[in-house]
Amino acid sequence: MFLLADNVWLDALLRMAIVAVLVPVGVILLTWVERKVIGRLQQRLGPMHVGPYGLLQGIADTIKLITKEDVRPDSADRPTFELAVFVIVVPVFMAAVAVPFTSDIFVRNMALGLFYFLAVSSLGIVGFVMAGWGSDNKYALLGGVRAGAQLISYEIPLILSAVAVAMLGQSLSLYTLVQLQDDTPFIAYQPLAFVIFIIAGLAELYRQPFDIPVAESEVVGGPTVEYSGIRWSMFQMSEFVSLVLISALASLLFLGGWTWPFGADNATWLQVCLMVAKTSAFILFFMWMRVTVPRLRIDQLMALCWQILLPFAFLQIIINGLVLVYDWPSWTLTILSGAAAIAMGTVLHQVARRSGVLYQTTGASQRVGSVL
Amino acid sequence: MATIDYTIPGEPDLETLDIHVNVGPQHPATHGVFRMVLTIDGELVTDLDPVIGYMHRGNEKLPENCDYRQVIGYHDRTDYLAQFNTEHCYVEAVEKLTGIKPTERSEYIRVILAELNRITSHLMFIGAFSSDVGIFGTAFMYAFRDREFVQDFFEEITGERMMFNYFRPGGVAWDVPDDFRERCTQVIDRINSGLKDLEGMIVDNEIVLARCRGLSRVSTEDAINWGLSGPLLRATGLEYDLRKAEPYSIYDRFEFDIPTGKDGDVYDRVIMRLEEMKQSVRIVEQALADMPDGPIMAEGMKRTLRVPEGEVYMRVEGPRGEYGVYLVGTGTDKPYRHKVRAASFCNLSALRAMSIGNYVSDVIVILGSIDIVLGEVDR
Repeated sequence: MFLLADNVWLDALLRMAIVAVLVPVGVILLTWVERKVIGRLQQRLGPMHVGPYGLLQGIADTIKLITKEDVRPDSADRPTFELAVFVIVVPVFMAAVAVPFTSDIFVRNMALGLFYFLAVSSLGIVGFVMAGWGSDNKYALLGGVRAGAQLISYEIPLILSAVAVAMLGQSLSLYTLVQLQDDTPFIAYQPLAFVIFIIAGLAELYRQPFDIPVAESEVVGGPTVEYSGIRWSMFQMSEFVSLVLISALASLLFLGGWTWPFGADNATWLQVCLMVAKTSAFILFFMWMRVTVPRLRIDQLMALCWQILLPFAFLQIIINGLVLVYDWPSWTLTILSGAAAIAMGTVLHQVARRSGVLYQTTGASQRVGSVL
Repeated sequence: MATIDYTIPGEPDLETLDIHVNVGPQHPATHGVFRMVLTIDGELVTDLDPVIGYMHRGNEKLPENCDYRQVIGYHDRTDYLAQFNTEHCYVEAVEKLTGIKPTERSEYIRVILAELNRITSHLMFIGAFSSDVGIFGTAFMYAFRDREFVQDFFEEITGERMMFNYFRPGGVAWDVPDDFRERCTQVIDRINSGLKDLEGMIVDNEIVLARCRGLSRVSTEDAINWGLSGPLLRATGLEYDLRKAEPYSIYDRFEFDIPTGKDGDVYDRVIMRLEEMKQSVRIVEQALADMPDGPIMAEGMKRTLRVPEGEVYMRVEGPRGEYGVYLVGTGTDKPYRHKVRAASFCNLSALRAMSIGNYVSDVIVILGSIDIVLGEVDR
């Protein structure tokens, strides 16, 4: 393993510095990128005034947020309210520890990296529920409850689609999984798992169409509604760090991370370029989704996750199992998984147009006339 | 009231608590200063109490102390998204009462501007509605891009961006600029191309379909009983449009269709607006082709407009529905009584019935689909 420094302790410190320093700086840049991209997609210029092309906007925002008064509602449950922020931020950084960004640049190369990542990244929900409860605000409470309901729905398809990849690579180490994809990325074998992972990943990031817990037009920011200044910016930071991490994980699991298409042992600068390109592709995709699609209702999200994504995630695992047990050639995997992905797309397309899973009305709205 | 039986067989009864949530008057989805007190049972809305009046400015009483021409400005401020339509209604009411006949040219100018104003109002609706349903500002910006274009056109004609104060009893305040036709054609082209973008974003979007279809279905019978008008009424399938049912001004000269829905649900209401914009474009095109030259103010108009004794109720088809003005004249230069029938006030009264039993997210969408303008509701 490549050492960043000769001394083991110094090496460990430097590796941690990657996460502790680079990530917040990246977040500041990413806020600028997001505002710029969204601005362009909406026929605006985005930030233009702070620095050239508004490049320093992120720094200006950071200064503003840090110097802002930290307001806490009088009736808030103080320990819950104040701790919630850390419960959200810490797991995100813990998850960052397990992600190898190139074959050399990572904090720890864990044998159970994928397992650890998925386990830790779902811890943040506790913070959201704490924030929702501790704020003593009904919007926050609604948002916190929604966040909980959303987590139990998307987490299982997300994990199952990652499990499908782990089955294929016969490993839970992200490093090994990436090295296996030096000639063909797993997306070629697992299109269905990829689609499920991206949809569930959007839900994990609370981005449209799954920004239900923080829905601006309904619960006005949900759990974050009572937070201001530095506490609010920590919510924001954790959101952007998760955005990077989920994008990085998607490119590691499905697009071959730093290996494909240049093989397993290319130069470090090329690896960095590959990872940056693949990760930013996902980040841009998530930003694009954010401004294009409307929001689902919470029960529709649950129906989508439990009734469509979950069965298809199991289908992917069954397909993988069959192919691996009977030792069929790998192209059968592509065909079976691809067919299943098309089937899922068709189901989604039909379901949105027909009354049934996603489009159902509560009994009362049918009897509108009886109310008055 | 919707009630759900939560008891599980064999389990002791758990007591559940409904909570009240104040939505508004400062809430991004209430389109101004509307407030609703929701009683929610989890995510389900079991009761809704609309609270209005935060923007009451006395827009009905104040004009009773004003000269008949000064009142026009107050109508700009009732429905501040459809100023030409409201002005049109008031001006027609005064003309009906006094018997003034507006000139041909001014009639055409009025119709063109009123129809373009209907389009800007519906563009505003599409933008605000798409934000309610969760599109992060994109459809909003697209709608506003085109709306700004039309708004600039209005500014060129009237010199004002919002409070136009342009129509007068007997005609319009001054003639339109020389390049009116060219600019109007540009505006129409812009609207046509912009409509395609908006339709692509909304009409066949799976999530919009899943969210809006079948939501808060209203039957034609209910809609009539509740006094709904405009797109909400037509979405239920009734072909009722004052421009056809009771042609005022020169609307009987134009060929246009009345789009109707069939379910009366939120989705149909959105489609109504998109279709109406196309019909308005048709009317504007025909009016542009026929527009004659000539005077823009009726002959023999005096400096002070004295209205004979009598009363009149004039109604027009505004973007939100039937906008009506009731005037009582006493032979002086001021109206004795001035009353406005606001479409969104009447439409809003059905909100409670439409919302109860739906989810919190849906109530926001239903409110958005009614397309309220608080200036008109509170007056």
